[in-house]
Amino acid sequence: MSIIIHKNTKILVQGFTGKIGSFHAEEMIKYGSNVVGGVTPGKGGMTHLNLPVFNTVKEAVDQTGASTSILFVPPAFAADSAMEAADAGIKTCVAITDGIPSHDMVKIKRYMRRYPKDKKMGLVGPNCAGIISPGKSMLGIMPGHIYKEGKIGIVSRSGTLGYEAAQQLKDLEIGVSTSVGIGGDPINGSSFRDIIEKFENDDETIAVLMIGEIGGPQEVEAGKFAKENMSKPVIAYIAGLTAPKGRVMGHAGAIVSAYGESAIEKVELLKECGVTISKNPSVMGETVKKVLVENNLN
Amino acid sequence: MDIHEYQAKKILSDFGVKIPTGGIVYSPENAENKAREIGGSKWVVKAQVHSGARGKAGGIIICNTPLEVADATDKLLGKKLITNQTGPEGKIINRIYIEEATDIKHELYLGLVFDRSSESIMVVASTEGGMSVEEISKEKPETIIRSKIEVAVGIQQFQAREIAFGLGIESQLISRAANTIIGCYKAFSELDATMVEVNPLVVSQQDEILALDCKMSFDNNAMFRRDEIAELRDKTQENSNEVYASDRGMNYVSLDGNIGNIINGAGLAMASMDMIKLAGGEPANFLDVGGGATPEKIVKAFKLISMDTKVKVILVNIFAGINRCDWVAEGIVQALSKIEIKHPLVIRLAGTNVEKGNEILKKSKINYIEASTLEDAANKAVKALG
Repeated sequence: MSIIIHKNTKILVQGFTGKIGSFHAEEMIKYGSNVVGGVTPGKGGMTHLNLPVFNTVKEAVDQTGASTSILFVPPAFAADSAMEAADAGIKTCVAITDGIPSHDMVKIKRYMRRYPKDKKMGLVGPNCAGIISPGKSMLGIMPGHIYKEGKIGIVSRSGTLGYEAAQQLKDLEIGVSTSVGIGGDPINGSSFRDIIEKFENDDETIAVLMIGEIGGPQEVEAGKFAKENMSKPVIAYIAGLTAPKGRVMGHAGAIVSAYGESAIEKVELLKECGVTISKNPSVMGETVKKVLVENNLN
Repeated sequence: MDIHEYQAKKILSDFGVKIPTGGIVYSPENAENKAREIGGSKWVVKAQVHSGARGKAGGIIICNTPLEVADATDKLLGKKLITNQTGPEGKIINRIYIEEATDIKHELYLGLVFDRSSESIMVVASTEGGMSVEEISKEKPETIIRSKIEVAVGIQQFQAREIAFGLGIESQLISRAANTIIGCYKAFSELDATMVEVNPLVVSQQDEILALDCKMSFDNNAMFRRDEIAELRDKTQENSNEVYASDRGMNYVSLDGNIGNIINGAGLAMASMDMIKLAGGEPANFLDVGGGATPEKIVKAFKLISMDTKVKVILVNIFAGINRCDWVAEGIVQALSKIEIKHPLVIRLAGTNVEKGNEILKKSKINYIEASTLEDAANKAVKALG
């Protein structure tokens, strides 16, 4: 198995009829993802890309049985759309939108607490590349062909650095079970820990590559989780060794504001947790390969 | 986005936080009048720049007559203030804030930030006002009080009271202190702030609770609904190349090195900077042109990098996904037909249609050094420095 999305996962596109939503919906359909329709308030009843458009997520879920959505709604309306998905019974929502205010993210997360654990939506992103289970389904904006089918789980804050890793692995003929972009914002839906826990419980995944960066506590929290709860090896690369303190490096969340948030400190803390560090971004693939050999997993 | 002290004080006072009487001036003549208008017998003349540690850098002057206020204003206006936070280039002083001096009994620290672990708003307070929060955490960590606020219901009276009692504030002043804390919380939560810091928050000899210095930062992503905050932006306090970039939708941070770089994606940009450093060089900037790397963006990026006089070599590293390498290569060729680049140029393309992309570059008349991997690109850029 892969994690979160599989061959038949039914997908809705929120912000379906917009330019960006349409473009990526088509790419996902070409890849083989099971897109069953979309939602654009006020355009219900239309047909777009030969698929039905609905006014509300509830209606779309009722009529299509969709369990998953991807969100291309502009920042000002994105929080509202994510909460609508949560309330309509969507199980996983991937928010691609870049630029959602932090106060809105805190609000979404607080809103989702009203649902019991088995009914609670998993939010991935925002400001992320999405999820791909190679050869099965793509729920994101990545170039699908750079991912080879296989057994490594990738989780990354950055989109392009995740692509870089997938390409390096492919060049070494190593494949990926699922790759998840959790996004570059300071407050996000799913953390590194949430995703590596899913990889630990996935039969197909044999090792996890975690690609972090400066800012925030999530990489170290994941490292501590891995130390205590994981049987599978974890390899990590942390970007931002040269980033100056107190400056935002592109991603709203990439800012060092406390101890343990710089790249050097994260690397040290992760090593203490038994995580293997890829010492530079050029050797992420090689480091994974080395760990596989050492653990007789290749 | 950062704002000036006087702007933050105005905002906080609108939320019920007490501040000393003061006013903003732009000339020494104004300053003298302003001091008389404020009244009293002692004034503080404060350079308004986007930086802390202004006092140690000579940006805050205490004066005993309105004439001294005028002299101090004259001395500061138009100068660059160099603090331990501004870097060696300093920040220009265009505005002066004049304030009635306060007789201080106690100096306290009060800050509000997002706590990324608990995804709530955190109030941080300490009895050690006047020091930076980093210094307090290092030297007097036992004095730090932290209180997580549940955003759905906001701060409660008891929470503000607990913090005030924790700061050792006398009983008769507790409700005043609590209202100050609540005012700061409301400003934070209602205006899309990412940071409110009152340092020091003081108890005066007259038993008033006053915000003596304060800083506020706001979420750039929320500016679409905060016109009144966006108006407070002072571009003279930002690096001019950074302003140029942000006005054109690019993420750029100016650094001290001499290898300029153009990258798509924030993570890849940080990783490329790291590779430059590991190869023995120093990056001149962080630049993320966005995941797409459209030809228009590439043109703007080349313009931006060529404005930086520190740059001696340019490194382009693009991982093209949906936007294929051949298309990105055409963008680079187009860009270089419009801008003359005098420095050595290293280009590394990766991803979709990389062979086609490299072929387009080779066939063009661009003078460049081709690189295959991230490491190769960094090594070649450092070598090109000569």
